[in-house]
Amino acid sequence: MLKLENVCYEVDVDGESKGILKNINLEIDERFVAITGPNGGGKSTLARIIAGIITPTSGKIYLDGVDITDMSVTERAKAGISFAFQQPVRFKGITVRDLISIAAGGDISVSQACAYLSEVGLCAKEYIDREINASLSGGELKRIEIATVMARQTKLSIFDEPEAGIDLWSFNNLIRVFENMHEKLGGSIMIISHQERILAIADRIIVVSAGEVTAEGTKDEIMPYLLGGSSVCSTLENKFN
Amino acid sequence: MDAIKKDLLMKVADLHEVPQGAYNIRENGKLGGRAVTENINIVTKEAGPGIDIYIKDGTKKESLHIPVIISETGVSDLVYNDFYVGENCDVVIVAGCGIHNTGDEKSEHDGIHTFHVGKNSRVKYVEKHYGDGVGSGDNVMNPTTVIYMEEDSYLEMETVQIKGITSTDRKTSAVLKDGAVLEVHEKIMTNGTQFAKTDFVVDLDGENCSANVVSRSVAKDKSFQEFVSEIKGNNRCTGHTECDAIIMDDARVVAVPKLEAAHVDASLIHEAAIGKIAGEQLTKLMTLGLTEAEAEEHIIKGFLK
Repeated sequence: MLKLENVCYEVDVDGESKGILKNINLEIDERFVAITGPNGGGKSTLARIIAGIITPTSGKIYLDGVDITDMSVTERAKAGISFAFQQPVRFKGITVRDLISIAAGGDISVSQACAYLSEVGLCAKEYIDREINASLSGGELKRIEIATVMARQTKLSIFDEPEAGIDLWSFNNLIRVFENMHEKLGGSIMIISHQERILAIADRIIVVSAGEVTAEGTKDEIMPYLLGGSSVCSTLENKFN
Repeated sequence: MDAIKKDLLMKVADLHEVPQGAYNIRENGKLGGRAVTENINIVTKEAGPGIDIYIKDGTKKESLHIPVIISETGVSDLVYNDFYVGENCDVVIVAGCGIHNTGDEKSEHDGIHTFHVGKNSRVKYVEKHYGDGVGSGDNVMNPTTVIYMEEDSYLEMETVQIKGITSTDRKTSAVLKDGAVLEVHEKIMTNGTQFAKTDFVVDLDGENCSANVVSRSVAKDKSFQEFVSEIKGNNRCTGHTECDAIIMDDARVVAVPKLEAAHVDASLIHEAAIGKIAGEQLTKLMTLGLTEAEAEEHIIKGFLK
């Protein structure tokens, strides 16, 4: 479904070129793929390149065999890619209903909004007319962000660290959300995460470190590698050692 | 009433036909229609242009519409409207002015509105300004609003100007007695070479009175906006003024909040922010399938909602 061919992304640092992503080659057909690795390793950059927010320096990206490398963010969204931001964007005056309506491609009723918001533990009646501004907590914004992506029903949904900024209670519910999400979405999920419980429900785990894919495989193959004293994922290492 | 006038009436007062209750419609500088009720009386001023409106004590759940429509070019209209709202009232007053200028001469309406809000009364005052027409003549509106608020009265003022006004210079002043509450929400959008200035002066004279003056605006193209807001705390009181502007293209925005406290228990706050639409807001909406232009439209619409 998604194919990355020799994708590189370089930035200029003090006149010198620095590789953020180095020759990434990936083919993703599974329904649930997790990308993990140390902070600063290039995971979010990779997700943003797939969504079209960042343009790669070189390489090609294909969605269902179609070259989408030169497509804009809008064109990729229309082609079937959704992206949930790690830090959801706030808007003055735009309500939860407005945002979910845009995502769903038309005006939605309270009961339609309820179908998405209840999945992330929010009551539609309480939230639908709330503005997506600073009055919402980080956890609420995060859950609305996830509901918005669910409302799009696209073939590929990318979540950039959905657990970041979410409290423990919400996190337990979040795991449940992702466990059932494939059926609700009817498409593939790519999730960037440091959390073992999220990695544990993935069909395949890809480890990105220092801009390269350093390991990939099933959870049975990768989890021992991540937890076995490797320096690849310091967060997990700290948690389990 | 012809189609153009009906359209203007809808734009400035959300009216499809003549309104229910009391109303006074002013067309091209002349009286276009009037109705009074048992509780709301409208009287033409004997000296000078304008009307006096008397709302009886205890008038509740009634509305008053006083729209002004100008469909001729070269009209210059100045009116003085005085509102005497009795005690213990709860009323909605909808004003507003629409200009349809098809000629090349300036059309102008300057409304001087003075409100006397009685004790314990609640007033919602809505004022919309709108202009259109294919002519090259300017559409000018320079409204002045003067508000006197008695003890424990409440006035909510909502002003909207989002299209077609070449130049506006709005002056609003208010004096509040004990326990009075003033809420002002202003929305302005300018484009082309339009000019919009708003100037608020609020005197918080009474004990435990409060004012909240909030302006949201969008300045496009080469338009110029100026927001001046001055709140004076002369007693134990709270005052808040906020200007939030989105600047686009080659526009210019000036925000001048001013606070003056003359009492140790006066609590006054001002906030002013001017900036372009955040890139991440556009990106977020584009990831939902909107084009950049559509995303911009949604952000502005939400901001001015």
